Amino acid sequence: MPEGDAAGDLSAELLSSPVWTDAQLARAGIPVVDAPFVSIGGGMGSFVMVDLLRISGFPLENIKVLTTSDYPWENYEYLTGVGQLPPGYRIRSDSASTPDNIWGFPSYAVRAAFGARSVRGFIAPIWNVLTENLLTDYWTPLAGQVFQGMSREADRIGYWQTLAKGQARMVRRRAEGGYFSILTVEEGSTRRIAYRSSFVHLAVGYPSVRFLPDLQAYRRRYNDGYRFVNAYEPHEHVYDDLVKQPGTVLVRGGGITASAILHRLFNDRERLGAQTQVLHLMRTHVDSSHGPHVFMRRRGGDGWAYQGFNWPKASWGGQLKVRMEKLGDEERLRMWQTIKGTTTPYRKGWQKQLRKARADGCYRTLAGQIDHVDPGPDGTLATFIRERDSTGTRRIDVNFVIDATGLVGDITEHRVLADLLEYTGAERNGLGRLQVSPTFEVPGARHGDSRLYAAGATTEGSYYAPVDSLLGLQYAALTICDDLARLGFCRRIGPIRSISQWWKWMRNVTP
Amino acid sequence: MTPTLAGRIQSRLFLLFTAGLVWTLLITPLLPAGFAPLTQSYRTTLIALVLVAVLGTVLWEPLYHLLQQFRWEKDWPAILILLQGVPEGWLVYVVMRDVVDLPVGVLPFVIHFATTWLVVFACLHGPLRVPFIRWRFRGGRLI
Ligand SMILES: Cc1cc2nc3c(=O)[nH]c(=O)nc-3n(C[C@H](O)[C@H](O)[C@H](O)COP(=O)(O)OP(=O)(O)OC[C@H]3O[C@@H](n4cnc5c(N)ncnc54)[C@H](O)[C@@H]3O)c2cc1C
Repeated sequence: MPEGDAAGDLSAELLSSPVWTDAQLARAGIPVVDAPFVSIGGGMGSFVMVDLLRISGFPLENIKVLTTSDYPWENYEYLTGVGQLPPGYRIRSDSASTPDNIWGFPSYAVRAAFGARSVRGFIAPIWNVLTENLLTDYWTPLAGQVFQGMSREADRIGYWQTLAKGQARMVRRRAEGGYFSILTVEEGSTRRIAYRSSFVHLAVGYPSVRFLPDLQAYRRRYNDGYRFVNAYEPHEHVYDDLVKQPGTVLVRGGGITASAILHRLFNDRERLGAQTQVLHLMRTHVDSSHGPHVFMRRRGGDGWAYQGFNWPKASWGGQLKVRMEKLGDEERLRMWQTIKGTTTPYRKGWQKQLRKARADGCYRTLAGQIDHVDPGPDGTLATFIRERDSTGTRRIDVNFVIDATGLVGDITEHRVLADLLEYTGAERNGLGRLQVSPTFEVPGARHGDSRLYAAGATTEGSYYAPVDSLLGLQYAALTICDDLARLGFCRRIGPIRSISQWWKWMRNVTP
Repeated sequence: MTPTLAGRIQSRLFLLFTAGLVWTLLITPLLPAGFAPLTQSYRTTLIALVLVAVLGTVLWEPLYHLLQQFRWEKDWPAILILLQGVPEGWLVYVVMRDVVDLPVGVLPFVIHFATTWLVVFACLHGPLRVPFIRWRFRGGRLI
């Protein structure tokens, strides 16, 4: 149904006015629900925000989470699952990145140690966190451990009661103060509900999934989604097919998802007897350590840039975080350029597997880009590759292409964000995403004492680098909570409250 | 841990004069100090504690901070903090013996220093975050 003047729908008057009145909504027949704090998204970001609000003593009835998800780790579980990091695999964040526990104590490694049933099982995680990034690789939790912890915490804080299911459509300022968030619902005769709140928190995750132009062009022209796939869409058939018959696959990308896909392909070779040949295409083939000067040099080799997490560790709460906040706009942008980039963690197991595959002659890396892809003979794909240091393209026939690059599209591809830019005064930052202040407020959307906050991937490029990470989302939540306390809207979590709340967490009782 | 210089110093001073102090007060009477009077023992252990704080602030932490700059992640692995105890303990012992000119027994010194170091280390890796929820996002700064 197109948007327009149907009863209970967004009227032309509403669509075109940046500030709404209660009367306008009444005229349009849209029911209004009051909730002082509204979080839009319902993923990891919303969950940790609600967790913090509850810990600070915020009543459950005052919070609403507008979401399409049934549980906060739904989208994360989906993306990591198709990206070959299922629940039994280690994710990419440290032991103290605990979305179920703002203190990071007890950390996942400590919990794993105390949950172990052997002496070895007890010592191994402790030794690993003690020596990580020096003698051992970073200790990282299993995805399943993270989900279990969140499930317990969601029950403890009453998270489920805050959910309002539907698709958020827009946020507009309310003339009498605060904001209206419109939720599109599918149930019964009501189509839109307006949530009236003093605060809005946007945590919509990735604005959209981006496919590179070559993939889009191929799909448009040949209407084939079977042989040229993106890592973030279901593509289990590729692995099945390669186990059944020998084939060549081209994997594109240099991030952790590319690593995970290679791991899967070589596991299938080792365990299921697949005869797969793997070509690995990287745009920037990193040959060695790299960086502007001796104090800023990142490890690299064999094509990869190595880094424990998606940002250097001190971006979460150390020197790099502090520096980022202090720099002027231009210098900050330069800093962003230095520390960003596609990286993968150095994991001894993966390294060993790649070395073996290289020695067996079933794994080769190429530096360059795909120019275009056409159908080849016998149901294959003809990929035309423009290699680094060479002019012209080289044709390579493969059975499949798995694209493990790119995930984040432009923010205007997300309706709520596009609307915010157009009507509510939000602006873009140096990286083209949504600009937020160091307190995660969208400055242009400020409205009297009301605030609009944003967290997650949409805000990358502002003051805090690791916004799109479990711990980064918790930092955002804590910072927002502190800002609300400054506005007198909730209590600041001081040492005494922190201790008593932690003790409640330990005993698993309601905050 | 990903400390800043200010965070390193603040965390060190805070933990030494809370957990470290309590531990020192508890353990001093139990140290194998021969027939030395208790006041003498307390004088020695408390001076050792102050020296760890002072030398750490003016000498060691700036040095560690400098070394940290060579690390891309700007982190400081936990095992390094444990190992720091070796040179730091040695220096405090030498200063006590040769500069402050106190009669320090090797065994009581080692027991006091090593256990205090472990107590502070343990608090640094978890318990400190319970009252100070923002500490880990501030490079270890408390104020
Ligand atoms: C493959 C992968 C692996 C990752 N691994 C790690 C890791 O190991 N460690 C780490 O720290 N970080 C990791 N991250 C980064 C980050 O922590 C996750 O992406 C995390 O899920 C981000 O949380 P979020 O709340 O911002 O987004 P999401 O968890 O994606 O939640 C956003 C939610 O908003 C909903 N939504 C969007 N628009 C609307 C709308 N209009 N109305 C209603 N609902 C809407 C979506 O359906 C979704 O459920 C990983 C990311 C990916 C993609």
